[in-house]
Amino acid sequence: MASEGVEKLPEVGHEQVPVVRSKVDWLVPVLRLLAFFATLSATLVMALNKETKTIVVATIGTVPIQATLTAKFQHTPAFVFFVVVNGNASLHNLLMLVVNFVWKKFDSKGLVPLAIASLDLMNVVIVSGGVSAAAFMGQLGRDGNSHARWNKICDKFETYCNHGSGAIIASFIGLTLMISISTISLVRLRNTYNKIVLNSSVGV
Amino acid sequence: MITSRDTADVLSMKFEAKFSNSPTFEYFVIMNAIASGYTLILLFFPAKSSCGHFILVLDLIIALLLDSSISACLAIGQVGKKGNSHAGWLPICGQVPKFCDHVTGALISGFVAAIIYFLILLYSLHNLMNLFTTSQD
Repeated sequence: MASEGVEKLPEVGHEQVPVVRSKVDWLVPVLRLLAFFATLSATLVMALNKETKTIVVATIGTVPIQATLTAKFQHTPAFVFFVVVNGNASLHNLLMLVVNFVWKKFDSKGLVPLAIASLDLMNVVIVSGGVSAAAFMGQLGRDGNSHARWNKICDKFETYCNHGSGAIIASFIGLTLMISISTISLVRLRNTYNKIVLNSSVGV
Repeated sequence: MITSRDTADVLSMKFEAKFSNSPTFEYFVIMNAIASGYTLILLFFPAKSSCGHFILVLDLIIALLLDSSISACLAIGQVGKKGNSHAGWLPICGQVPKFCDHVTGALISGFVAAIIYFLILLYSLHNLMNLFTTSQD
């Protein structure tokens, strides 16, 4: 009777597990895909952010002297950091998306969900740093700082500013998605470990 | 950061630098004040209480905010120290060195606080979930 009970359990488990799994299995991959697109678009938009403007500086006689001014994202270290961090985050999201589906074959110790959760946590913290630095830098460019005699540049380079703010907004969206992914995978980790603890205690 | 203040006379113009001149520094002050108040309150909580998961989420949020505030301040401070020739922004540290030094000190301690808070976050994660043990004994 004991052997029958043991033999019956895996069958019941087999029928139940796919039903529960398919309901929530798609949530994290979809969020990750969205976060990947958000961070990728933020990286690309900011990396290709460039505007050239020719301004008449002075007039000598009847000949106007023109100066060409360029606004590039490389001029500001905050934006360089932003591009690097968002590129890293999009690569991380892509990698985790792939790992999500194939980790069962390579995992022998059960450490992969833990690694995914901790890497997610680190990327969330770093991306938040990049986003806030770029946002405050953009605010400085938009409003200037009268106390430091720093003039605003957004009235002259409107496209540059608009592209920059678009990239920052995309990164904010990506950050929110990454935070929710992180919380969901942490909660799932807790459930998995609670089940393992419960099973081991029942078995003993 | 709150006590950083300096005045300078530049070309007969009186020039005062306070932390409230920049919204970034105000953000930094507010975030660090919230974080220190939160830590003070949490000192009186036992390590593995029943609302542990809620505390973990709050810890994550505070660590995130601390990190973002220090990152933004470093960006603005770099512009203040070296200027940005492409935007025509002159560095101000030459004129208000006391302010700059004060702010640098505040940023260093803010950075240390961010690192320590990250470690606190990892520790509370470990406390709550015993994550750093393998699943099979």
